[in-house]
Amino acid sequence: MNIVVCVKYVPDSQSERTFQESDNTVDREATDGLLSELDEYAVEEALKIVEARGGGEVTVLTVGPAAAADAIKKALQMGAHRGVHVQDDAIHGSDAVATSLVLAEAVKKATDGSPELVLTGMASTDGTMGVVPAMMAERLGLPQVTYASELTVGDGTVTIRRDGDTASETVEASLPALVSVTDQINEPRYPSFKGIMAAKKKPVDTWSLADLGLEASQVGLDAAWTTVVTFAQRPPRAQGQIVTDEGEGGAKLAEFLSAQKFL
Amino acid sequence: MPSDEGQDLIDLTREICAKELRPKVDEAERAAATGESFPTEVFRALGAAGLLSLPQPEEHGGYGQPYEVYLQVVEEIASAWMSVAVGVSVHSLTAYPVATFGTPEQQAALLPGMLSGDQLGAYCLSEPLAGSDIASMTTRATRDGDQYVIRGRKAWISHAGHADYYTTFARTSDDGGKGLSCLVVPADAEGLSFGAPERKMGLHCDTVREVMFDDVRVDAGRRIGDEGQGMAIALSALDAGRLGIAAAATGLAQGALDLAAGYATERRQFGRAIGEFQGLQFLLADMEAAVTSARATYLHAARLKDAGRAFSKEAAVAKLVATDAAMKVTTDAVQALGGAGYTQDFPAERFLREAKITQIFEGTNQIQRMVIGRHVLR
Ligand SMILES: Cc1cc2nc3c(=O)[nH]c(=O)nc-3n(C[C@H](O)[C@H](O)[C@H](O)COP(=O)(O)OP(=O)(O)OC[C@H]3O[C@@H](n4cnc5c(N)ncnc54)[C@H](O)[C@@H]3O)c2cc1C
Ligand SMILES: Cc1cc2nc3c(=O)[nH]c(=O)nc-3n(C[C@H](O)[C@H](O)[C@H](O)COP(=O)(O)OP(=O)(O)OC[C@H]3O[C@@H](n4cnc5c(N)ncnc54)[C@H](O)[C@@H]3O)c2cc1C
Repeated sequence: MNIVVCVKYVPDSQSERTFQESDNTVDREATDGLLSELDEYAVEEALKIVEARGGGEVTVLTVGPAAAADAIKKALQMGAHRGVHVQDDAIHGSDAVATSLVLAEAVKKATDGSPELVLTGMASTDGTMGVVPAMMAERLGLPQVTYASELTVGDGTVTIRRDGDTASETVEASLPALVSVTDQINEPRYPSFKGIMAAKKKPVDTWSLADLGLEASQVGLDAAWTTVVTFAQRPPRAQGQIVTDEGEGGAKLAEFLSAQKFL
Repeated sequence: MPSDEGQDLIDLTREICAKELRPKVDEAERAAATGESFPTEVFRALGAAGLLSLPQPEEHGGYGQPYEVYLQVVEEIASAWMSVAVGVSVHSLTAYPVATFGTPEQQAALLPGMLSGDQLGAYCLSEPLAGSDIASMTTRATRDGDQYVIRGRKAWISHAGHADYYTTFARTSDDGGKGLSCLVVPADAEGLSFGAPERKMGLHCDTVREVMFDDVRVDAGRRIGDEGQGMAIALSALDAGRLGIAAAATGLAQGALDLAAGYATERRQFGRAIGEFQGLQFLLADMEAAVTSARATYLHAARLKDAGRAFSKEAAVAKLVATDAAMKVTTDAVQALGGAGYTQDFPAERFLREAKITQIFEGTNQIQRMVIGRHVLR
């Protein structure tokens, strides 16, 4: 089985992140970027499926600036077989709708129009909208099976477990399908040094919008349905509330928790 | 500067340190001080990533990395967890005799396991009555047909009880330093037993015990090098091993400096960050100079080794300079943190305790001076 995994290159969540003053988009120069940690789970799951079935190829796909090649590299080091990098200056500032368009077209091109299984993370660690998978599935005409905490590939079907607040659902869909996975599904491996050396020899295709048959006017800031109007740094977190136990500490804690709707 | 590949390797090491080592080190070192816990799963993770077999040749399962790169990986690990970095260096030491002096048949038979990442080795050289004076060792290997029978006691053996094999030096004749031989003893050999873990000052996750050989039988095919070549093998291995300790000491010092510098920008006294006082800046500057010069000495020796040139003197200099630097820098880090540095709430006091051993093992710093002095007067 051949699997396409969509991986996003995001600013390191450990470092200070900010927006550019000029167009209110994320300042991707100011911080180091990396493969979105939530997408590592999708890569790991794809590798496990291919390894368990004893065959098939994992293609990692990213839409992003030149530096996004690092996200592909990391996935190839983990064991993915080939990479596709869609890179075009016109894509800068694209919203989720446009991003999903580019991704969907790239999936088609990478699979000659017939994907078998597409995996994504549950949300990026920067935009965190979690809508791209659904939009892509719609554009590709695939069943969308989201927030999988367990995934089994059967004969012509995928079955997932989705954990909600009150219940766990088991959902089955016919293949081909698009599945987004959560951070509960597995424990992503580290690349090994062997993997690092092997990654250098793996093929990576770089495609422009034109290669996908898309126009610049379909993407980018100007085509966006939404724009970020202003931004402000969140103020540092205020000091917490200290409950001193004078006999009724437990009751006060319970009061606090229920006031915050934790209980 | 490392190659692209070397840089990728160092990046991988940083990631594993951040995710696997740093979150565990404080708790693990504390737990190991009283018990017998050993970070087996940490070594497995390093092994799976390939970090336990970097400098050995590729045909036997190593990664053929130059010492210059391998040692920077050790330094990186040490800045996160000293015991583990020492473990990596000791493991390399245990494979060194086979990789350097073994016959092609021995290499083919032994190295793939040693370098698989699943195994950890122990290096049995020191004895209770033979520390700096290796040539006085009394553990004996007596030939019996196509086997050797080993009898005696080794002391201070890192990884003892947890290792998969024991690279052991024993006396095969009464010829002083010329009467020693090197044998690779499997962990499951009958007659091999271990003392209780030593209660040490620090480096608790480097479990150290006595190893008892009670007529342990080993096939003669597991003797590395000729009979009598043991001392030469041990000293050659230590030349390389010293670089591992120098790199680990440098990483430890770097960790202490990073801690002190971070604290100096946050801690305020007299209305400003203590790092703004020149008195403290000079302390930090001297720490930085010590770390940088330590790194320079081990990299210099490594480059000579990688180029196939003699590096024994430079390795001794690196071990001396880097471990003395670690002692000084970790002491000053405690000073920079004030009272907090003296508590177990911060790792400064642990760094200090860990630094002390680096001046002692793999040849005390007095012995390093003897080695250097001999070269100078040659
Ligand atoms: C702080 C911030 C706020 C934003 N606000 C808006 C907004 O209000 N409206 C709007 O339309 N856009 C917005 N954007 C832009 C939007 O994030 C991007 O268009 C993005 O690609 C889509 O959503 P996401 O990153 O939230 O992806 P998600 O939907 O959270 O991502 C889910 C999964 O989709 C895949 N994926 C997503 N992006 C890519 C990619 N580039 N390459 C490969 N795979 C990918 C990954 O597998 C990922 O795990 C915002 C961006 C940021 C950083
Ligand atoms: C945590 C730890 C791990 C260790 N791991 C291992 C291991 O894995 N394998 C192994 O084989 N050994 C190991 N050792 C042993 C270590 O290498 C020895 O402790 C070291 O070589 C010193 O020997 P010694 O303790 O017998 O000290 P001694 O040789 O008794 O030295 C005592 C003092 O006398 C000084 N001295 C001795 N001779 C001279 C001289 N000629 N001139 C000037 N001064 C001199 C020394 O410098 C030292 O200050 C380990 C030790 C420790 C503490």
